[in-house]
Amino acid sequence: MDIPYTVHARPDTGLYNAKVGIWLFLASEVMLFGALFSAYILLRVGAPEGFWPRGWLNVPVGTINTLVLITSSITTVMAWASCKMNQFGRFKFFHACTILLAITFVCIKSYEYHDKFTHYEVIFKDGRIADGHIVKNDPKADSVTISGHFVADRKELFDLVGPNAHHPHEEIRIPRDQILRMERYGPWHHTYLAIYFTLTGLHALHVIGGAIVIGFLWGPGSRMWKTDRERFTNRIEVSGLFWHFVDLVWIFLFPVLYLI
Amino acid sequence: MHNHEAHHEDAGFWRTYVFSTDHKVIGIQYGMTALCFLLFGFCLMMVMRWQIAHPGQPIPVVGPLLAAILGEVAAKGIMAPDLYNMFGAMHGTIMVFMAIVPLAFAAFGNYVVPLQIGAPDMAFPRVNMASYQAYVIGGLIMFVSFFIPGGPAQGGWTSYSPLVTSIPTDGQTFWIVGMVFLITSSLLGAVNFIATIIQLRAPGMTWMRLPFFVWAQFVTAFLLLLAFPPLEAAAIMQLMDKVAHTSFFLPTGLAVGGNLAHISGGGSPLLWQHLFWFLAHPEVYVLILPAMGIVGEIIANNTRKPLWGYKSLVYSVLTIGFLSFIVWAHHMYLTGMGIRIATFFQTTTMIISIPSVIILTCMFISLWGGAIRFNTPMLFVMAFLPMFGIGGLTGLPLGFGYSDIHLHDTYYVIAHFHYIVAPGTIFALFAGIYYWFPKMTGRMMNEFWGRVHFWLSLIFMNCIFQPMFAQGMAGMLRRMADGGANYSQAKVPGAIGGLGANIMGLNTYILWAAICLGIGQIPFIINLFWSIKHGKPITSDNPWQATTLEWQTPTPPPHGNFATAPEVHRGPYEYSVPGHSTDFTPQNEPEAPKPGTRIPVPELA
Repeated sequence: MDIPYTVHARPDTGLYNAKVGIWLFLASEVMLFGALFSAYILLRVGAPEGFWPRGWLNVPVGTINTLVLITSSITTVMAWASCKMNQFGRFKFFHACTILLAITFVCIKSYEYHDKFTHYEVIFKDGRIADGHIVKNDPKADSVTISGHFVADRKELFDLVGPNAHHPHEEIRIPRDQILRMERYGPWHHTYLAIYFTLTGLHALHVIGGAIVIGFLWGPGSRMWKTDRERFTNRIEVSGLFWHFVDLVWIFLFPVLYLI
Repeated sequence: MHNHEAHHEDAGFWRTYVFSTDHKVIGIQYGMTALCFLLFGFCLMMVMRWQIAHPGQPIPVVGPLLAAILGEVAAKGIMAPDLYNMFGAMHGTIMVFMAIVPLAFAAFGNYVVPLQIGAPDMAFPRVNMASYQAYVIGGLIMFVSFFIPGGPAQGGWTSYSPLVTSIPTDGQTFWIVGMVFLITSSLLGAVNFIATIIQLRAPGMTWMRLPFFVWAQFVTAFLLLLAFPPLEAAAIMQLMDKVAHTSFFLPTGLAVGGNLAHISGGGSPLLWQHLFWFLAHPEVYVLILPAMGIVGEIIANNTRKPLWGYKSLVYSVLTIGFLSFIVWAHHMYLTGMGIRIATFFQTTTMIISIPSVIILTCMFISLWGGAIRFNTPMLFVMAFLPMFGIGGLTGLPLGFGYSDIHLHDTYYVIAHFHYIVAPGTIFALFAGIYYWFPKMTGRMMNEFWGRVHFWLSLIFMNCIFQPMFAQGMAGMLRRMADGGANYSQAKVPGAIGGLGANIMGLNTYILWAAICLGIGQIPFIINLFWSIKHGKPITSDNPWQATTLEWQTPTPPPHGNFATAPEVHRGPYEYSVPGHSTDFTPQNEPEAPKPGTRIPVPELA
């Protein structure tokens, strides 16, 4: 006996096996990201007044990334539709776009990460606080240079969208012996950044994983087109469902982390 | 149809036994690995029971060995409190995630479910293999953590933050990474089981013709699918706390060892507890539902009667599955939650006991008027019913916030859930092993030694756990490396609420009961291996004269399972049907055509 319904739908469920499998898998993914989103809510609600940051992320960059992912969802549908319409060349084109868009997304995301990892908060021994991006940080030199500004109260750092948010940036040279603590905007810096890096990091892993699968189906995996057209189209559909889910997660991530 | 058996033989040793995609081989792989972990977890506990009964005294027999392997924490064969914590944490982790779940869900489910629904294999055989491999990797990571500097996790199987984050060893990191693999394994398994049951039922196998065991596994798979990811998320966050020094679960102003910790703060320790118990309460039902499924199969078979209230059983299992997602905070009454929240969770907790009682009642009524065959599987099942009853009823006081305040974190809790899992689930698993062994090997296990195993297990399980109720009600707390000696009347004479000599004395009694229980398992281990080659050969493919499809295959079932694709014509438990020539009617036996009628065409699914 062979395993039935690997390619064709079972009449009473209307689904082939892999489609049931991917929907179940996505259900578990919903619970995974759902738990992280509820963690976000709990951390945000539990933060003291004025200590949950606003405007730490670059909204235009995030918007571009959102558009990149939405476009990739469209090309994914088109790729699948091309398979259905027996147009292999068009499939190749559209999924090439999907893969390029995925790479674009990851590059933009790395740029954003890089921006956070070069951003420092410096606390002086005399209590002053400076904040800005690193310009020069030679471990042998006796000073560090950042491009930023001084703040009177640490609370000012948390609100970058309010009326008093915009400070002129200047180059600040800080002698090392005056530094009490110097910390970059990594996940350890604030629970907001912790959940930001965890959520977007996990999402980026999903993007990379999805791109690898789609890349395989686009490249060596596409040989199946010649031998088993229907099954190949099913694979494109199943991987496409995963890809749409990954996009959907971002559609939730973007407003939650960037806008509100 | 091409010859699958020959194809199977050609695959070679590695592909047939190690990297197999056949659900039966994977089921047996899961079973053997899980039984090894079960024994290992039990051995950890025997050593701990010595420490509880005789705190600070060298452990006999294995003491020098532990000292040689583990070094300082077991110096001179004496168990240091740290080692006690490690063994305690790992006992729980191993038993729950590496022994019972893989045995009850993955091993029995893999072997039996495709056979019972008339499928040639699982829906995704390679995913199935990956699931087993992820389980082995996760298990190895946990096992290896015993030998790393600082030893394994020591913050309990519940791994509460900030406790585990502040312990400066790497054990917890290993625990988290190991858990991620075990969770992945369960998720892959769960997806596979649900897809298999939905898609691969044989023609005529409608939902209400599914054996109860399949229903139990179906709901269990949904619990794993939806409850495990939140723990995975929590594990990722705890890993970030541990490795990237974030503060997901670390509050502002946390002091470790008297010094303010260098953290950003702002996290919530309660968040971990919520996410953990959101998994861990459904997990309780993951432990018990497959056991109930096994019990249902064996009761119907050995009473030679249909299961009483099949539909009630099915709906009860579904109700339990749903409700188990909204009771988790009854583990957290002492975290200072408000009365309203506590009331909600008390209410749902009481409601979930209703379907559990329905299941137990149906099982008891099924016995009524049956011509019961008291073979080894049936003995274990008959013991399961009252043992699970004790475990369930003693849970009610823990479900009420007010009584829980007194009983929380005492030995009463340990006794309660061990009654459910040890003489409950494990007895059902033993029953399942004795019951399906002939299908796997073509030979019966030895009946006499099976009975010896049963009576020793039953007596000593009760000797171990019954006294713990008394200890718990007297106020003895769990997780104490000295077995409560510091809080005893002997240490502080006249202290109010100090543990009396009679309560403390039970520790020694439990130690010896545990050792006897260990000895009682030796007949089982020998029987299991001896019977593979030397057991009594079975004379038919259906030695128990059962109705379900797994017995209507060749023995052991070949690759692809069925000689001809089965068609199902009736419900799962048609025993003693009046007018039938035998007292069982297999599910695939066609209806006898009435004169002048057309042969009914089986409807699909």
